[in-house]
Amino acid sequence: MATAERYVGGGVLRKEDPKLLTGEATFVESITPQGTLYISIVRSPYASASIRSVDVAAAVEAPGVIAAFSGRDLADEWASGLPMAWPVTEDMKHPDHWPLAKDYACFAGDGVAVVVATGRAAAKDAVELVEVEYEERPSVTAIEDALADGAPLVHDALGTNECYTWALANGDVDATFSRADVVIRERYRHPRLVPNAMEPRAVVVQPVASAGDFTMWSTTQVPHIAKVTLALTLGISESKLRVIAPDVGGGFGSKLNVYAEEALCLALARRLGRPIKWVAERSEDYVATIHGRDLVQEVELAATAEGEILGYRVHLLANMGAYLQLVTPGVPLLGAFVYCGSYGGQAYSIECTGVFTHTTPTDAYRGAGRPEATYAIERAIDRLGREVGLDPIEIRRRNFLPAGENVPSPGGLVYDSTNYDGALQRALDILDHDAVRAKQASRRERGDPRQIGVGFSSYMEMCGLAPSQVLASLNYGAGGWDAATVRLLPTGKVEVVTGSTPHGQGHVTSWSQITADALGVPFDDVTVLHGDTAIAPLGMDTYGSRSLSVGGVALHLACGRVTDKAKKIAAHLLEVAPDDLEFEGGVFSVKGVPDRAKAIQETAFAAWTAHSLPDDEEPGLEATYVYDPPNFTFPFGTHICVVEVDTETGAVDIVRYVAVDDCGHVINPQIVDGQVHGGIAQGIAAALFEEALYDETGTLQTSSMMNYLVPSAAELPSFELDRTVTPSTTNPMGVKGIGEAGTIAAAPAVINAVVDALWHLGVRDVGMPATPERVWRAIQAAKRGGSR
Amino acid sequence: MHEISVIVNGVRHQASVEPRTLLAYFLREHLGLTGTNIGCDTSSCGACTVLMDGESVKACTVLAVQADDRELMTIEGLPANGEWHPMQKAFHEHHGLQCGFCTPGMILTAVSYVNENPDATEADIRLALEGNLCRCTGYHNIVKAIAAAVDAMKSGAARSSATA
Repeated sequence: MATAERYVGGGVLRKEDPKLLTGEATFVESITPQGTLYISIVRSPYASASIRSVDVAAAVEAPGVIAAFSGRDLADEWASGLPMAWPVTEDMKHPDHWPLAKDYACFAGDGVAVVVATGRAAAKDAVELVEVEYEERPSVTAIEDALADGAPLVHDALGTNECYTWALANGDVDATFSRADVVIRERYRHPRLVPNAMEPRAVVVQPVASAGDFTMWSTTQVPHIAKVTLALTLGISESKLRVIAPDVGGGFGSKLNVYAEEALCLALARRLGRPIKWVAERSEDYVATIHGRDLVQEVELAATAEGEILGYRVHLLANMGAYLQLVTPGVPLLGAFVYCGSYGGQAYSIECTGVFTHTTPTDAYRGAGRPEATYAIERAIDRLGREVGLDPIEIRRRNFLPAGENVPSPGGLVYDSTNYDGALQRALDILDHDAVRAKQASRRERGDPRQIGVGFSSYMEMCGLAPSQVLASLNYGAGGWDAATVRLLPTGKVEVVTGSTPHGQGHVTSWSQITADALGVPFDDVTVLHGDTAIAPLGMDTYGSRSLSVGGVALHLACGRVTDKAKKIAAHLLEVAPDDLEFEGGVFSVKGVPDRAKAIQETAFAAWTAHSLPDDEEPGLEATYVYDPPNFTFPFGTHICVVEVDTETGAVDIVRYVAVDDCGHVINPQIVDGQVHGGIAQGIAAALFEEALYDETGTLQTSSMMNYLVPSAAELPSFELDRTVTPSTTNPMGVKGIGEAGTIAAAPAVINAVVDALWHLGVRDVGMPATPERVWRAIQAAKRGGSR
Repeated sequence: MHEISVIVNGVRHQASVEPRTLLAYFLREHLGLTGTNIGCDTSSCGACTVLMDGESVKACTVLAVQADDRELMTIEGLPANGEWHPMQKAFHEHHGLQCGFCTPGMILTAVSYVNENPDATEADIRLALEGNLCRCTGYHNIVKAIAAAVDAMKSGAARSSATA
């Protein structure tokens, strides 16, 4: 099926853009079926409280209000609790999680009642009239506090705040550490982050009461997962629920979930027989949508005196929040295999304890476990370099796994393809490293208040989730396959149906490129259908940088099936054997007789009329492929950040940011660059700006865009990007993933740069986010000899 | 209820609105102009930016009654004679959007700013976008797109003003 690449590799503009540029997009908030009722949710103002009583009488009397319910009123609606798909250990503690709390609220923002009204404002007004009698209880929001003796319990029935402890070991770690010349021991804290997709969450459910059918439009990354899990929660037949993710305004993991509000809209639509709509206000999203990160890491490296890493030992404490959302417990595991990053070694162990606190649940936020792992190893290797007298480049080169294919790693995974020094060298060339270091030296020499620092991150990540059998070994509750259908219409136009669900990544464009080249048809002749379980019934959705390396490969293979069949039809029409044909540019021609030919569009028409088909062929020209990859993919690269730190104010300016990424074969360079830009921005945001903070009562202080700093264009630099291309061996397209790489790489590059700028002043660590105050305090502490 | 009369995208609308109705909801729910997106509740994100008498405003900070007698432009009204504004073209060519939720507000902010600052540099553009948040692009391509539109609009290839 190989044809020359005409569209893959570039030169096309996104097909998604026109409707988005002109206001014609259909985001969920714009969907309002006739007769829609709006809901508004009464949320606990307390981090921990018993619910003594809920009185909705006054609310029900308010103008426009149709009904109001407490959690107990709706208790019979649920056949099971909200879904949690990743019980990481056999003995993991899993608390009940109902769409509305019944007996106690366990984070500020936990839903306790719901009001249904004819309009948005009426519903919101009536929320004020619901009288909830709470008995406030002590709360705990920080991980270590929650594990202390006598700490308030998030769920009394569990008897502990410890959710699970999961461990992995490879090689003899203790022996390795005992014979090491050098052991470094680092402790890092990852602030809790708020994903902040620009579109707040929203849900609309339209019932067909007489048929018991429901159509749900949701701001979701996972319509397929939502369909099966919500059917279980509601106790309805899966076949009665159609889930549509229309245009979705960003996700970053925050919409990789199945939420209470989706279940509530379904239950209320069933109960009231009317369309039900919920739209989050941003401040509501801050407490009711999952958060990311929030963990404490202890990382040890054992090495020789020459800086060769022998072993890794990692302990994690991960904040689960108050409940387990869809994959909450598994997020740290997604990073657990890559604390060795791009580097070698003989022994590896990691232990992770998940901890309940009275906070919004955490779950997958862009990178999910891998930004944390990468931060740890990329910070720690710098520290090891300082310890043994090697600069950040040399310590990395000394430990890089060799360039090659199917390279075993200390964490136990086999990396598909590697060329770590290639990416590092390219980044150094772009930076003009020697010149930057010379400038840094001269600033140091003259004691300039603005000091320069250079930070490296030679990251490696695992993505493309994933081989279903590997997911099974980790107790994940679903498979890792994805599906594509390719359908040639009678006129020769092409419909692609994908199980991957985009929300900004440009699948329609990239999938059109892949299809147009594989079938030899014009790019504009390809239509891509997605995000509707009635149209695309087979799919595992979009997360973990999996779309291209699983769903895109499924598409590539489905195209192969279609061209195989088209070839047989063409051979039949031309009265030759299929082997006598060659396929080029959408045309099957007899080898050596190029005039005897049939275009693939002609075979589509012949397959539709079915007037004359080969004996064994069914009418129609369509194929589906469900692809389960044999391995993850392992993108990598080197990011270098150059900062200027004002040692008098603590302000950090990024003056250069160079990123060389390797995601294997590239379908659309413009889209890949865009993913890297956005990823880097979120990594820089974590390093310098963003932190979700709770006060001592368990109230989220950073509860809106006013006091949680999502950076604007004014806070961020432009980026200098380049690529190396090392094809993946995991799949026949040689593709990896790029959705999360920027976020995974960026934070340690920034913080390593800040530390590098201040090392000569005695600063050994600066925590995230490196705000001016935190940097300034680190400088002051170092002056007093207080830093490490 | 208050009676208001507004011109939106060249069409006069009379409407009866609650005094508390925000312009953003008026545009979306009364007029069906759903291209104006609402991304926050603190006037931080700028997704709902529209032009009022040619100047960019966040439609969540303006009451519908304050728009009485004013002339508004939303993203739906930006193309002229069936052709995209140079700013829309530049966002398309330079991949200045991913999910597209912030895009209408981003474009109208940029149009208003570049009309007033036809010689804007990239550094100027970054500052001018301070009130518009995007979570997808890292702003790199948005800034590039606006800089390209500055050139396009200057070269006279485009019409001189979105609001003329």
